[in-house]
Amino acid sequence: MSKLFSSMIEWVDKRFPLTSNWKAHLSEYYAPKNFNFWYFFGSLALLVLVNQLITGIFLTMNYKPDASLAFSSVEYIMRDVDYGWLIRYMHSTGASMFFVVVYLHMFRGMMYGSYRKPRELLWLIGMVIFFVLMSLAFTGYILPWGQMSYWGAQVIVSMFGAIPTIGETLQQWLLGDFTLSDAALNRFFAYHVVTLPLILLILVFAHILALHEVGSNNPDGIEIKQNKNPTTGIPVDGIPFHPYYSVKDIVGVVVFLMVFCGIIFFAPEMGGYFLEYNNFIPANTLQTPDHIAPVWYFTPYYSMLRAVTVNFLWIDAKLWGVILMAGSVVIFCFLPWLDRSPVKSIRYKGAYFKTALTLFVISFFVLGWLGTKSPTPLYTLLAQIFTVIYFAFFILMPWYSKIDKTKPEPKRVKE
Amino acid sequence: MKKITILIFVVCMAPFSLFAAESGMPLDSAPVNTTDNASLQRGAESFVNYCLTCHGASFMRYNRHRDIGFTNEQILDKLVFTGQKVGDLMQSAMWKKEGEEWFGVVPPDLSVIARSRGADWLYTYLRAFYRDDSTVTGWNNLVFDRAAMPHVLYQLQGEQKLVVKTSDKGEQKTLVLDKQGEMTKAEFDKFVGDLVNYLVYLGEPHANARKELGLTVMAFLLGMLILSYALKREYWKDIH
Repeated sequence: MSKLFSSMIEWVDKRFPLTSNWKAHLSEYYAPKNFNFWYFFGSLALLVLVNQLITGIFLTMNYKPDASLAFSSVEYIMRDVDYGWLIRYMHSTGASMFFVVVYLHMFRGMMYGSYRKPRELLWLIGMVIFFVLMSLAFTGYILPWGQMSYWGAQVIVSMFGAIPTIGETLQQWLLGDFTLSDAALNRFFAYHVVTLPLILLILVFAHILALHEVGSNNPDGIEIKQNKNPTTGIPVDGIPFHPYYSVKDIVGVVVFLMVFCGIIFFAPEMGGYFLEYNNFIPANTLQTPDHIAPVWYFTPYYSMLRAVTVNFLWIDAKLWGVILMAGSVVIFCFLPWLDRSPVKSIRYKGAYFKTALTLFVISFFVLGWLGTKSPTPLYTLLAQIFTVIYFAFFILMPWYSKIDKTKPEPKRVKE
Repeated sequence: MKKITILIFVVCMAPFSLFAAESGMPLDSAPVNTTDNASLQRGAESFVNYCLTCHGASFMRYNRHRDIGFTNEQILDKLVFTGQKVGDLMQSAMWKKEGEEWFGVVPPDLSVIARSRGADWLYTYLRAFYRDDSTVTGWNNLVFDRAAMPHVLYQLQGEQKLVVKTSDKGEQKTLVLDKQGEMTKAEFDKFVGDLVNYLVYLGEPHANARKELGLTVMAFLLGMLILSYALKREYWKDIH
């Protein structure tokens, strides 16, 4: 039997690089042995991606991208399709959990300096993945055609209208109509199920290729490739991804699934954060809801969009809001060049960086919370203060990371 | 590091506690129990008698009510009045155009109303109608000012009137029963409670099945956790 198997593998290997790829990416890809809790979220993001692709395919079998049928087709899935409710909740919960794991994955990179040389391109590909993910979330949220789908999209689309000179034309071109209507629903459906997932898959592939080219970072932020066993050429602190990290990641997957299924089966609306209550009202083009709030993962940026209340220089407040909102996500791309610290990991960085990162995390959460609220003068002031802190983390980084008192990095990774 | 973790956790949870505290006027707590079939059956009968004339529940099929213990014959007997088939959707008896002419707005479909409004809102709203001669219908509502809907259940509840007390705390609005209806207050509260319980069921008929399946899935995952952790330990015991 094993002889038959090995001769089959041999047959394939002469025609396709199967064994060599298996070795390069799994059984002989050496990852640092000191990965901790924060290193689960990359593989979990991949798991959620697969979940979204599979459940998404089944949803398209019954969903109708038509302004007059979309809302009822979603309820049809929830009630009349066998296990349709499960497929739909897996997809809607998956969307939110995608952002949970991606935010934690990014935060890991920020703590351990995973964006630093030689991983700049890896970080940039990751950032593009994040942008595509945001587009996917936006185009997907429109599809149920509830009140929040409609009015949330209205807010996002009107941002394009704020761009000087070309704004209005660009907006009409995006919508295929003068207002948000059936034409827009159709094209956003096409982006959501074909264009964007395809781009995402290609980018994820590139992200993993880039990772395996430079090798994984680790909580100590030192390069394991600089300390190789002279006879074998294998990093002394490296262990093969398979079986060590494949079995470890399975534990992570099961724990994640317990959280994921806990939400799906016992709190699919997640208190109005994963499925907003107002989105159970069909879209009404004539009735603007009192309070438009995006889904939780967009609320920090939404706060920054609303934070600018005065015209400044020759640019009006609305355009400033759009610039800040776009800037708040794009600015992550510059991290590899903003960080001037001699060490990568937070373990060896000083008090300045630790304080800055803590303030950044706090401002991210406060802005996120404010984004779910109707604006009041106090909330707007808070949003302004925390927007400044948010940007200061990045803009002042070349300065505070350079003068920070760092500790010496170890030669070998710690347990 | 530990301090940062605790801080992140506290900041994470803050929005959840504040979200819960936010509301307009205080709402009464609805007695919801979607496993109480007797209550759901009473609610279903009230729903088709009092609500379905104007409102639809057009994502719901009549025969789905087998979930709550009815047989097909009972469904046809107790819930279907207009000669529809047992597998039909629960459409409103009224044309949309008529609704708009009579009430100014088309009465909304109630299939998922409990998911957008919440049970407590519905429970309070349905009990908060009062006489107001300044409105078109002659009725107003303490939870939903100038609601287009008249007080459909007034024969049961009776007529309430609004009493406004001004103190240093500001205006306090309360409702008092002016004319006694067919039911006592306790009977009427129970009637509306059953109706709202049914609306919650109607919003997500699979909710009970979902929770049941959830328990099985969690038990399976717990087993998986033990096995996968044992596997991981076995592989990792030689890594130092």
